Amino acid sequence: MSETLLSVRDLSVEFSTYGRTNKVLHNVSLDVPAHSQVALVGESGSGKTVTMKAIMGLLREPPARITSGRILYDGADLLTMPAAERLKLRGTAMSMVFQDPMSSLNPVFTIGDQMGTILKYADKRLGRGRGRSERMARVHEVLEQVRMRDPERVTQSYPIQLSGGMRQRILIAMALLSEPKLLIADEPGTALDVTTQAQILKLLKDLVEARGLALLMITHNLGVVRETSNHVYVMNKGVVVEQGPTSQIFDAPKDDYTRGLIAAVPRLTGGMRFGQAEVTR
Amino acid sequence: MAEFETVPIEPMRLSNSYQNWYRFSRNPTAVIGAVIVIISILAAILAPYITPYPEHVGAVVNFRARHLPPSGEYWFGTDNVGRDIFTRVIFGARISLLLALVVLGTAVPVGTVLGLLAGYFGGWTETIIMRLTDIALAIPPLVMALAVAAVLSPDLINSMLAIAALWWTWHTRLIYSITRQLRGQEFVEAAETLGASKFHILFREILPNCVSAIAVKTSLDCGFVILVGASLSFLGLGIQPPTPDLGTMVSQGSAFLPDFWWESILPGFAILFIALGFNLLGDGLRDLFDVQEVR
Amino acid sequence: MTAPMLEIRNLRKFFPIRNAFGRHTGDVRAVDDVSFSIERGAVYGLAGESGSGKSTIARMIMGLETPTSGEILIDGESIASSFGTRAHGKKVQMVFQNPGSSLNPRRTVGQSVAVPLDAHGHPAKDRARRISELLDMVQLPPNFAERFPHELSGGQKQRVAIARALAVAPKLVVLDEPTSALDVSVQARVIDLLVDLGRKLDLTFLFISHDLSLMRNFAGRVGILYRGKIVETGPTADVFVNPQHDYTRLLLASVPVISAEEEAMRPKIPLIDGEIPTAEKLIEIRALNTKNSFNEEQPG
Repeated sequence: MSETLLSVRDLSVEFSTYGRTNKVLHNVSLDVPAHSQVALVGESGSGKTVTMKAIMGLLREPPARITSGRILYDGADLLTMPAAERLKLRGTAMSMVFQDPMSSLNPVFTIGDQMGTILKYADKRLGRGRGRSERMARVHEVLEQVRMRDPERVTQSYPIQLSGGMRQRILIAMALLSEPKLLIADEPGTALDVTTQAQILKLLKDLVEARGLALLMITHNLGVVRETSNHVYVMNKGVVVEQGPTSQIFDAPKDDYTRGLIAAVPRLTGGMRFGQAEVTR
Repeated sequence: MAEFETVPIEPMRLSNSYQNWYRFSRNPTAVIGAVIVIISILAAILAPYITPYPEHVGAVVNFRARHLPPSGEYWFGTDNVGRDIFTRVIFGARISLLLALVVLGTAVPVGTVLGLLAGYFGGWTETIIMRLTDIALAIPPLVMALAVAAVLSPDLINSMLAIAALWWTWHTRLIYSITRQLRGQEFVEAAETLGASKFHILFREILPNCVSAIAVKTSLDCGFVILVGASLSFLGLGIQPPTPDLGTMVSQGSAFLPDFWWESILPGFAILFIALGFNLLGDGLRDLFDVQEVR
Repeated sequence: MTAPMLEIRNLRKFFPIRNAFGRHTGDVRAVDDVSFSIERGAVYGLAGESGSGKSTIARMIMGLETPTSGEILIDGESIASSFGTRAHGKKVQMVFQNPGSSLNPRRTVGQSVAVPLDAHGHPAKDRARRISELLDMVQLPPNFAERFPHELSGGQKQRVAIARALAVAPKLVVLDEPTSALDVSVQARVIDLLVDLGRKLDLTFLFISHDLSLMRNFAGRVGILYRGKIVETGPTADVFVNPQHDYTRLLLASVPVISAEEEAMRPKIPLIDGEIPTAEKLIEIRALNTKNSFNEEQPG
C-alpha cells in the first residue's frame, strides 16, 4: 500500500531570540507512506528536531513561528485544524517515542500509574469509556508486545528501579498504547549502550513490521538509518538536501553534503585516513 | 571529503550584557522592582537635598503645626510634635537601607564562604559548619534581638548585629547545596586534574556559578531585613527618638489611629513600598537567571 | 628497550556495599584485575559500555580515585608517589567526554585554558602568549579567548578542552569518549587534530570509547572491557576481524554500520526468543554448553 499517511509540504519555521529572527526551516517537504519506515537524518542544527516538533505540535510559538507550509495527516491539515481535534490525534493516530528514557519518565509515579494515566486521557479524548481493570489489561498487553519479561513487576516499579534498556522499552510501549498508525521515534537508543541500542532497534523494527505501522525516525546516526529505514531524507541547515530509497542514498549519494557525511563515518573495516597518514601504530 | 567548517561564529554574536539587558527589560516585574529600588536608594542618598524640612529630623517641635493632615505644605502631614512626616520618612528610609546594607554586607560574604567550604570539603568541615548552621537557624531573629537588647542596650547597631549574627545561615545553606551539586561537575574535576589550588577551585570555578543565586537571594533578603528592622523598632528596640525610623514612626503613630491616620499608615506604606521593590527585583532576577540555566 | 609510557598491573577498584547498619556486605568490583601497557607514541583503545569500569580506570590514572590494589606506572614511575600532587598533572592529562560540562560556563575560554598555567606556575607575563599559542595549535583564532563556552559549537569546545589538556605539555593523554557528544563531521576533524598533535608532540593516547568503528580507525591496539575485566586484547585489526570472546562478538554485532562490507565482517549472534541476547546470557550459555557449538540462526 502506498497511500501517504503523513505529508509535510513546504514547511518553513522561524525563531526569534533577542529581537532577531532566524529562519530555521526552509520549505521542508517529506512524505511518510503507510507501513513504511522513513528516516530524517541530519546533524545538530539541521532542523530535524524542529521538523519533528512541528509535526507533533510541540513547537512553542513564540519564540517559534510557522511561516508557511502544511502538515497533512490522512489528508487533513494539522496546522489549521481546531486544537481539540489535533489533540485527539496525538497518541492515537501518531505517537512519539522520546529520546531520553532517563528524563522522559516521571520519577515519582510507578510505570503502571503513568501508563494508566496516559490511557485514561486518551480514552477521554476519544470518548471511549473504559474501566481501570480494562485499562491495566491493555497496559499489560502492550508491555508484552515490547518483550517485557515480567509485566506485573514492571507496572509496580518506579523508573529508577529499571535499567535504561527497560525504560526505553516502556517509552515504546507508551507510544503503542492507543494503537497509533504512525510512530515517530526521536533518536531512539542514543542514550543507551550500543548493545542495548541494538536490541531496542531490532524491537522497534519487528514491532513496526508486525503491526504494519509507519515509522518516522529522527536520527543523526547513519548506521541506524541504514539498518532501520527504507527511505531517507537528509537535512542540512534547515533544508532537505537529498532524499531517496536507503540503498540509493548510501550507494550513490547525489548531494555533496550527503557524500561528505557518509565519508566522515568511520568504518568497522578500517582504512580511514586521519591526520596526514593512516594510523598504523 | 567535503570540507566541514570550524570557522568562528560571526557576526550575529550578541554580547552577554546585551542579552541580559534585553531579557531584563522585557520582564515587567524586574523593571518595576528595579525602578522602585533605584528611587528609594536615590531618595535616601539625596535626603538632605530633596526633603522640604530637613531640620525636622532633629529635636524640633512646632506645636502649632501638630497633627496636620497631608497638604501642599506638608505632603504627608505632621506628627504629634509638628514635624513633617514626609521628610522623616525619607530619612527613615535611609536608616532602613543602611540596615540592609550592613546586615547583608556581613551575612552574605560570611555565609557564602562557609557554604563553599562545607560543600566542597565535606567530612568534618561540612559537619561542623552545617550543624552550627542548624543551631543558628533554630533561633528566631526577633527573639535574638530582644535578648541582645536586654543584655546590651536597645540601639540600632545592636539590633543590626543581632540580625546579622543569624542571617548568614540562610546563605550558607544555599551556597552549600549549590556547591555540593557543582562539586561533581566535570569542569571542577578538570580543574582538579589540571592541578588548580583549592582556593582557585572554590573562588574562581565554583563561586562564579553561584553569583546568580546570590543576587536573587540578596535582593529578596533586602526586603526581609527591612521588615525585620521595622519590626524591631516598632517594638522599641531600634534607633531611639528623635532620629526618624520607619518602624518607630508606625509604632508611635498608631496611638493616634484612626483620627490622625497618616502618622502611622504613611510610614507603613513607605516600608511596604521599599520591601515590595526589592521583592519584585529579586523575583525578576530569578526569572532572568532561570531561563539562562535552561540554556 | 624503553619502559612503556603507561603500564597498568593487576589494577583493582572495589567499592564496598554497606547495608543499612553500615556493615560491609560485599563489593562492587568496578575494576577487577586489569593489566595492559601502552608504548610511547601509540594509541591504545579501551572499549566498553557503561558499567565496564572504563571511566574508573581513567579516573585512577588521573589520580581522581585511589586503586584498591595494583600499580599504575607512567613512564616507568609509579604514580602512587605523585598521587594528588601537581607534578602528576604534568605527566598525564585528560580530555573529558562532554565538552559542554568540562568547561566552566562562567569563565571565558582564555580563563579556562589558563587554569593549568596558573596551577603550574607559568610566568604571568607569558600567559597571554601561551594561550594564543595553544589556541592556534588547536586551530582556533586567538580572539576566542574572550568567548564563553556557550558561544562555541561542540567541536570548538572540545578543541578548547584539548588545548587546556596540552597546556603543561603532558606526555600521556587520556581521551574519555572525546567525540561522543559531537556530530560525525566534526568528530572527523577533531580526530584529525588529535592525530596531528600526537605526532607533532610525541604524545601517547589512551582512547576510551564505545564507538568501535572509530576505534578501528584510531587505535592501534585495543582492549575489550566487560564488567571490570579485559576479556580480549590485541591489535585492533586482529580483534575486530577475528573476535574470540562472546562479548567482543556481541559488541561488534551491535554496531550500526553503513556498508555491506562492514555487515559481512560482523559476527552473527544467535537470537534468543526473537531478541538479540544480552552479554550475560551469551556467557551463561557458553558456560553451560560444553560442546562449544551454537545453533547458529540468522539474526534479523
